[in-house]
Amino acid sequence: MSTAVTPAPSRTGGSSDVLLRVENVVKEFPVASSKLFSRSREAVHAVDGVSFELRKGETLGLVGETGCGKSTLARCITRLYSITGGTIDFDGRDISRLEGSELRDVRREVQMIFQDPYGSLNPRRRVGSIISDPFVIHGTLDGQARKRRVQELMELVGLNPEHYNRFPNEFSGGQRQRIGVARALALQPKLIVCDEPVSALDVSIQAQIINLLADLQAELGLTYLFIAHDLSVVQHVSDRVAVMYLGKVAELADVDDLYGHPRHPYTNALLSAVPVADPNAAAQRERIVLIGDVPSPINPPSGCHFHTRCPKAQELCVAEDPPLVPRFADAPGHVAACHFPVADGEDLSKAEASIEQEDASDVQVDSVLAGLADTPGFSTPAREEGAR
Amino acid sequence: MSEETLRTTEADEGRLAVTADRDLGGPDGTGGGAVDTADGPARIQGRSPWQLAWERLRRDRVAMISLAFIVLIVLFALLAPLMAALTGHGVNQQFNDVGLTPEGLPKAPNGTFWFGTDDLGRDIFVRCAYGARISILVGVVATGFTIAVGVVVGLIAGYYGKVADTILSRVIDVVLSFPFLLFAISLVSIVGASLSVTIFVIAMFSWASVARIVRGQVLSIREREYIEAARSLGASSTRIMFVDVLPNVLAPIIVYATLLIPSVIVTEATLSFLGLGVPAPTATWGNMISEAQAGGLYQLAPWFLAFPSLLLLVLTLAFNLLGDSVRDAFDPRGDRMLQK
Repeated sequence: MSTAVTPAPSRTGGSSDVLLRVENVVKEFPVASSKLFSRSREAVHAVDGVSFELRKGETLGLVGETGCGKSTLARCITRLYSITGGTIDFDGRDISRLEGSELRDVRREVQMIFQDPYGSLNPRRRVGSIISDPFVIHGTLDGQARKRRVQELMELVGLNPEHYNRFPNEFSGGQRQRIGVARALALQPKLIVCDEPVSALDVSIQAQIINLLADLQAELGLTYLFIAHDLSVVQHVSDRVAVMYLGKVAELADVDDLYGHPRHPYTNALLSAVPVADPNAAAQRERIVLIGDVPSPINPPSGCHFHTRCPKAQELCVAEDPPLVPRFADAPGHVAACHFPVADGEDLSKAEASIEQEDASDVQVDSVLAGLADTPGFSTPAREEGAR
Repeated sequence: MSEETLRTTEADEGRLAVTADRDLGGPDGTGGGAVDTADGPARIQGRSPWQLAWERLRRDRVAMISLAFIVLIVLFALLAPLMAALTGHGVNQQFNDVGLTPEGLPKAPNGTFWFGTDDLGRDIFVRCAYGARISILVGVVATGFTIAVGVVVGLIAGYYGKVADTILSRVIDVVLSFPFLLFAISLVSIVGASLSVTIFVIAMFSWASVARIVRGQVLSIREREYIEAARSLGASSTRIMFVDVLPNVLAPIIVYATLLIPSVIVTEATLSFLGLGVPAPTATWGNMISEAQAGGLYQLAPWFLAFPSLLLLVLTLAFNLLGDSVRDAFDPRGDRMLQK
């Protein structure tokens, strides 16, 4: 990464180099009721009170399992979704409730790169017209000047400007993602939200796109919010990393701190799942395998959302939501939301939760067997085996 | 549109399909710019899905024959005054002396009257030509109105969703459940029969099915990422609807329109046949069929019924076959067309 890792951030806020401050953002999606006349009040808590800061020129990585609210958060920041609660301060003003022309002005500054390079480009439009969209919409450039600028952009992201009149289906996945990058760069935004920009690409192409993004950051002084579920990609690109679980930030730290001294048991579990290239080392290390599935975001667990699967869970975790604060003697910029953080060198695979956690697979089998027991002529598999 | 299709069409024209993967260019941001130089970059042209569909359509023999028939009939209609001049017979001119037998019956086709005459001694050939004008005019104009209204309503209902969708969908349901002929009869009896009323009546009852098709398509396209991309760029809803959504629903609309034209033409003929369409002295195919049928005249003068019916059949069939072919041409899996 070209940008230097900034020293420990101040959580007090107010410093002038903060570009984006997300505070207590909540996004709920109401669940449609199946009944005709009763309106259910249920909602999916996709983002459940997320706060962080993003400083100018840095890259904040955002990782988490599928369905933890990463992409929803990204779409809240780019105002594709309107948030249910909290504030999003961009460049010193709250953009979460802007409308009309004010919102359009903000859109020039905040751009997004999408996950699916096949879905994010209109198949019926030529590449030149797709990349010139930002200029047309904001009325900044016309005619030949616009075409020239679009071709400059294509060159900047490593595309042949002569392919101006081609259609998206004539490009490979990596090239399409470059088109997406060019479109996002067109208005010279300050912040680019990258929503899993490489997860749909081949590994060899991933490196190219990541390097392209890094080069552009160095050249244009961009700020990235980089979402991914690949921890090694995030480690490579990020200055700081936030780990999300079920709509909340579990841990947030400088990249080296997070990967070197993970405090949250969930972070530990994620890191232990990263494949290791050396087979001997892979065989030696203890993997922390989480039991069960991610709970439903419609009815998230009480207290710490992770307590249903956490190997260190205790009564306190069920009762109380842990605050996101520094643990042990960590730097003030390394915060974790855990009552019982993991110390350096602690073996989490030997830990045992002191509360009862249901193992999804066992529960299901038991209930099926219980249901079948009443059926005439049915004997449980165990009994059958014994009879033989 | 599959890449394979693209290659095939380009190869067919003796070109080399170059799908250069320029990702090999590397991360330095300059990416190899010399990839295309060997073959000359100007020769590689982007082909839109429209161009590909047209290529496929051109290879479809049925479509081309249908198109030829349609062009012939359109020319026949456009040149109606020329036909009149050529034969020297006006469209409503009655030839009581030469056009009728001494018994006052229509004359069979002969050197003077190529398609024969009708019960009033008028030239059926010239009347067929003028009738084609009405049929095609109604077919095109009513279909145009139908598509325009249907597309706008469908776009609004599908894109905005929620209340707009609920209201518009109910309106569509109501329109579709209206008894068409009853409404046509009562409207004509109030305002009187005329060409514009015919067009209005047809358009009023056809837009709803177009709107429903468009709405369904828009519902799925609305969720695509490129729509989100357009919104994140700050595009207005109108712009997204017409620039990003509409081109993606045009294919089914065009298919539907080609199939709608013949049904509109038949509807016009039906209305005219029932005396609810274009009023009497004007020559339309429906009017002519109606007159031939009145009093069992067609038993004595089968040509009176045959020629307008035949033209109606040929035009409708040609449009229907063309519509089928257009649908095949827009189908990305329609590669079989290329193997013919």
